[in-house]
Amino acid sequence: MADNKMLDLRNIHKSFFIGTPNEFEVLHGLNFSVNEGEFVSIVGQSGSGKSTLMNIIGALDRPTEGEYTLDGVDIEKAKDHELSVLRNKKIGFVFQTYNLIARTSALKNVELPMMYAGMGRAERTERAKMLLEQVEMTDRMMHKPDELSGGQKQRVAIARAMANDPAIILADEPTGALDSATGRLIMDIFHRLHEEQGKTIILITHSPELSMETERIITLKDGSIIGESKGTWSGLNAKEGA
Amino acid sequence: MLFTENILVALAGLKANIMRSLLTMLGIIIGIASVIAIMTVGNSITLIVNSTMQELGANNLQVGVMAKSQDTETTDSGMNYGSGYTREMTDEDLITNDMIAAFANEYKDDIKYILLQENIGDYYSSAAKVTEGTKSANVKIVGYNKDYMLFNDKEVVAGRNFLDQDYKNANKVCMVSDKMVERLYKGDASKVLGKEIEIVRGDTYYTYYVVGVYKYVNDQFSFGVSDNPTTEVMIPYVTARRENHTQNKGYEYFMLVTSVNTDNNQFVTVARDYFNTRFYSRNDSYEVAAISMTSMMDRMNSMMNMIELALSVIAGISLVVGGIGVMNIMLVSITERTKEIGTRKALGATNGSIRLQFITESVVICVIGGIIGIILGVILGTFAVKLMGYEAAVSVSSIFIAVGFSMAIGIFFGYYPANKAAKLNPIDALRYE
Repeated sequence: MADNKMLDLRNIHKSFFIGTPNEFEVLHGLNFSVNEGEFVSIVGQSGSGKSTLMNIIGALDRPTEGEYTLDGVDIEKAKDHELSVLRNKKIGFVFQTYNLIARTSALKNVELPMMYAGMGRAERTERAKMLLEQVEMTDRMMHKPDELSGGQKQRVAIARAMANDPAIILADEPTGALDSATGRLIMDIFHRLHEEQGKTIILITHSPELSMETERIITLKDGSIIGESKGTWSGLNAKEGA
Repeated sequence: MLFTENILVALAGLKANIMRSLLTMLGIIIGIASVIAIMTVGNSITLIVNSTMQELGANNLQVGVMAKSQDTETTDSGMNYGSGYTREMTDEDLITNDMIAAFANEYKDDIKYILLQENIGDYYSSAAKVTEGTKSANVKIVGYNKDYMLFNDKEVVAGRNFLDQDYKNANKVCMVSDKMVERLYKGDASKVLGKEIEIVRGDTYYTYYVVGVYKYVNDQFSFGVSDNPTTEVMIPYVTARRENHTQNKGYEYFMLVTSVNTDNNQFVTVARDYFNTRFYSRNDSYEVAAISMTSMMDRMNSMMNMIELALSVIAGISLVVGGIGVMNIMLVSITERTKEIGTRKALGATNGSIRLQFITESVVICVIGGIIGIILGVILGTFAVKLMGYEAAVSVSSIFIAVGFSMAIGIFFGYYPANKAAKLNPIDALRYE
């Protein structure tokens, strides 16, 4: 199990300075790891520190103290532009508010991470089309974000997250802005990516119900991990069979 | 690759906010348009003046009387003949026929022509008329000496040129233009050749025998094209002086044309020294200065360039104002797109690529503005030059300079906003609403 750790956090502390004498610690020495191919959820109420933790896992921020290794790379030592490259190659973000680039087509949005990775135009267009096909968005790939529904936007965002075949997909409340039926569809896409392609997925959510769908649940409260449990998901096929 | 992508993104952004983009560009458009227009007008005028001067002869020299300056030596760079005097110029101070004759004789190898001209009335407002039946033609009466006629080398289309005895005896003969013949006699030269014509100027009548008709060549300095242009009635120089009762008067200045092998700039000094040592050494207030057409042309050109530069700098100020407008809109745009910047960073954009994106955007705004400005400026400049009746000559170098300059403005005024965008913290940017 120790051999295939995709990410490993050791004694992660994160503090913010709010005025000179006051240091506000949000995360109090977290320890956990995620194995390759695992579907893990981090669940907690607002104020539990899950956003801060997500920023650290997503290499958007560095921990104040502790060690974080992502796919063999020490994040806490990386420079800014190295973090950019890391985010580009190893992390696929899916946001609650989709965060598609306005005024550019779905296709261009999916191409974007590949463009930053320096992939050639023809190659990235071809790959973007393939990824959009996987999320069943082929017929709407030339549409701009404001011409798409919430569920369609999130599907484009997932295709974009897969662009550079990242080590982990980091989904922050991906169904938070969607109705339950559409949310179901999005969750099914994650399950498919996990089960069919063996993707490592980290789902961050405040909903215990949603977290039950994952293999492992890490519960966060007041900046500390207060528990780990197993999910009750029995697989896409099982559900469909039922 | 990232570069073309950035341009496409910038263009999409401009298209999404057409009104805003146009208003932003307006400063650049006005600035570039005025610089180009000024340079087009300046360039055209310089070319025309130069070609006209060239026509008058690059080998021309002007010799004239000017006031002695107290402290500086007279140089060949003074154009102010007869000005800045210490006492009023009298007839005694003028250059006489004898002086010119002596001078011409002394340097007959160097001098090709001595050009003497005498107008009946002021050259530019001589406003005389020849009337035939109900029609009339505008003319001015100008007296030329033989050298001048040779120098002018007008094509005689009917009749003959002046003869030596016409000059010697101050015969009352004249040559008229084919334009005038066309207007008054339907082009039939026989109706006027060998006949007397009467020219009215103010309340004075002048009568001359027409001996020849010359071919009129459109004067580049005349504004617009008229079907009744003022043409010259040419008479012998001595005749004109007699009409003006100035036969014995000297000259404030005269022109001469040097031989092909003579160094003009050297001859300027020779002519000046000749007159000053021979004839003006005892004159208390006046002396002779000479100036060549080439040096006049050089001075004219540098003057034109100075004026052009000064005007362009003033117009350039609007470019700076335009640049500030671009910077302002870039700052607005970056604030509006904070979340987009955060997303791009999350997706792996480096600070450098964000900076490049926004600099490209500002350069695109400026270059598009610049191109519109160039087109507008060329149209405006051409129109202005045409209005003055000249042929427009667009300065090509100014176009390249304008494009380069608008790019530079884009980079200069885009750098600060772009850098601000690049330095945004991705977490804060993502959270921005």
